Amino acid sequence: MSNQKILELKDIKREFRMGSEIVRALKGVTFDVAAGEFITIMGSSGSGKTTLLNTLGCLDKPTEGTYLLDGVDVRKLGRNELARLRNHKIGFVFQAYNLLPRTSALENVELPLLYNQTISAKERKDRAVAALEAVNLGDRLDHTPNQLSGGQQQRVAIARALVNEPVMILADEATGNLDSRSSYSIMALFQELNAKGKTIVFVTHEPDIASFSSRTIMLRDGRVMKDSANENRKSAKEVLAALPQTEDY
Amino acid sequence: MNFFNLLRIALRALQRNKLRAFLTMLGIIIGVASVIAMVAIGQGSKQSIQQQLSGMGSNMIIIRPNSNISAGARLDATSVQTLTLDDVKALQKQAAHLSAVTPLASAKGQAIYGNNNWPTTIQGVNPEYLDSIRQWPLQDGIEFTDRDVQSQNKVCLLGQTVITNLFPNGENPVGKYIRFGKVPLLVIGTLTAKGESAFGQDQDDVILSPFTTVQRRILSTIYLQNIYASAIDENSTTAATDEISQILRTSHRLKPTDEDDFAVRTMQELINTFSSTSQLLTVLLAVISGISLLVGGIGIMNIMYVSVTERTKEIGLRMSIGARGIDILLQFLTEAILISITGGIIGVILGITSAKLVTVFLSWPTLVTEYSILLSFLVCFITGVFFGYYPAQKASRLDPIEALRYE
Repeated sequence: MSNQKILELKDIKREFRMGSEIVRALKGVTFDVAAGEFITIMGSSGSGKTTLLNTLGCLDKPTEGTYLLDGVDVRKLGRNELARLRNHKIGFVFQAYNLLPRTSALENVELPLLYNQTISAKERKDRAVAALEAVNLGDRLDHTPNQLSGGQQQRVAIARALVNEPVMILADEATGNLDSRSSYSIMALFQELNAKGKTIVFVTHEPDIASFSSRTIMLRDGRVMKDSANENRKSAKEVLAALPQTEDY
Repeated sequence: MNFFNLLRIALRALQRNKLRAFLTMLGIIIGVASVIAMVAIGQGSKQSIQQQLSGMGSNMIIIRPNSNISAGARLDATSVQTLTLDDVKALQKQAAHLSAVTPLASAKGQAIYGNNNWPTTIQGVNPEYLDSIRQWPLQDGIEFTDRDVQSQNKVCLLGQTVITNLFPNGENPVGKYIRFGKVPLLVIGTLTAKGESAFGQDQDDVILSPFTTVQRRILSTIYLQNIYASAIDENSTTAATDEISQILRTSHRLKPTDEDDFAVRTMQELINTFSSTSQLLTVLLAVISGISLLVGGIGIMNIMYVSVTERTKEIGLRMSIGARGIDILLQFLTEAILISITGGIIGVILGITSAKLVTVFLSWPTLVTEYSILLSFLVCFITGVFFGYYPAQKASRLDPIEALRYE
């Protein structure tokens, strides 16, 4: 199981045409991700991080190279097939949560399943409730985003990413908008999900966050600069417990 | 994505912007309501004009004997006597496009009451003449009946001109005996004033009696001067004319080569005037309805464009979690149609209500037809599709990466 490759990237190149200039954002990226890994992709701005993320998320197709997601060659697919692939295999978590305003947590989580015709209304609801319970928000089903804290909103977004049982959760600076306490709590949740076997790809620029993952890929100038397993992986739960308690008043 | 889910998503989106959705609807509401109300007023006045025209006899058909050839010479129509009671019976029995048929025997003569006398015309008809053919109500008294016709009773109804001249002091003529020539007649009723006909004749200068009374007691003949009939409505007048010709040719046993020995006349001129007027009205209303719905539709298009721009991020999100272009397109299209259809429903209700209010407060006649409701509904739907399509298409073609990054 752990040897099964979820992602296979071979010499991925991505070029953009900006007027007469050609911008080469990715200049040949190669790596594999096995099932059950928790990897972070790091890099400063301009390193090609965002382009790689878009490619991994099947929002964009590489100009050259092969990208296999769960054995499917993404480059050969059309727009609608990519949408289907995103719906079935990927769970997105964004920095700004991207929840629908004035829509209950439950309905936000149900959203991906609305685009999957094989799922009945009852199953949709049951699965959304289960996903919200998995992120400890079982008691907030009917709350709208503006009634939830940032950390809670991100939990709803994670539940939304989980609900279609994807092969991979793709998080883009998922803790970027949160204070450290909420960040650690979200990272603890990711670690918990990872321990249950979920493959997680986390894009960040904070080394602190990367230390919670099992493997880190460093990008620079569109190339992989460093790809290493984390020797002393920290537990977010312990870090959270070690934080000084703030007083509520 | 199935229809129910689409509807759910569209409803949610509209709920998030209730006031805006309502204001957008308002364009459609006002458009549809004004169309319904105006068509109702138009149809109402059309109907009342139609009733007035029917009162003037727009669907009346007059059958006269035609000139006949006797010993090589063509004879004057009035001297020809070809129409009989059998023709009336044949028409009553066989004609499908006629609502009423009456024989008409008329005689000119002097009407006398006390010291006053007046030259007038007595027309012998059957009771259907007043009700069905002329739609001529009584002012006072009672109408004569089929029994009066059968027993040739000497009763009559007086027109207003005759009353003015025979009863100048304002006496009530009902119950009085007048004489027409030498025949005494009991006045059993008076007719309401009808004024001049379309051809300038004084229609009130008339005495009406059972046709048997006029035929037997005054004219002493078995022939009829005219047969009057009434088509079911204006539109079937032509069909009725053809039918009458056929029936009478059969009943007169004419060979295919023979000329008609009768003539059928209609009020074609009146009908033409009427139909051109109502056609003008219809075209006018269609143009107005088109304009108002166009304005409403542009309102929808405008708001849908704003909505697409405003919700770019939402579109990006939906695409990233698996919505296809077509899903996004259908979502926004459904929203637009929902706005226009809901606006249409409210508009119809408002239109019917204001038509009723117009009737109550201005006492204008109004008539709400199913056809106008159906049509405005259909136009609403088409408006929604037409004006919703371009913004929806714009949304569906967004690049998910760009859309997600949009602020």
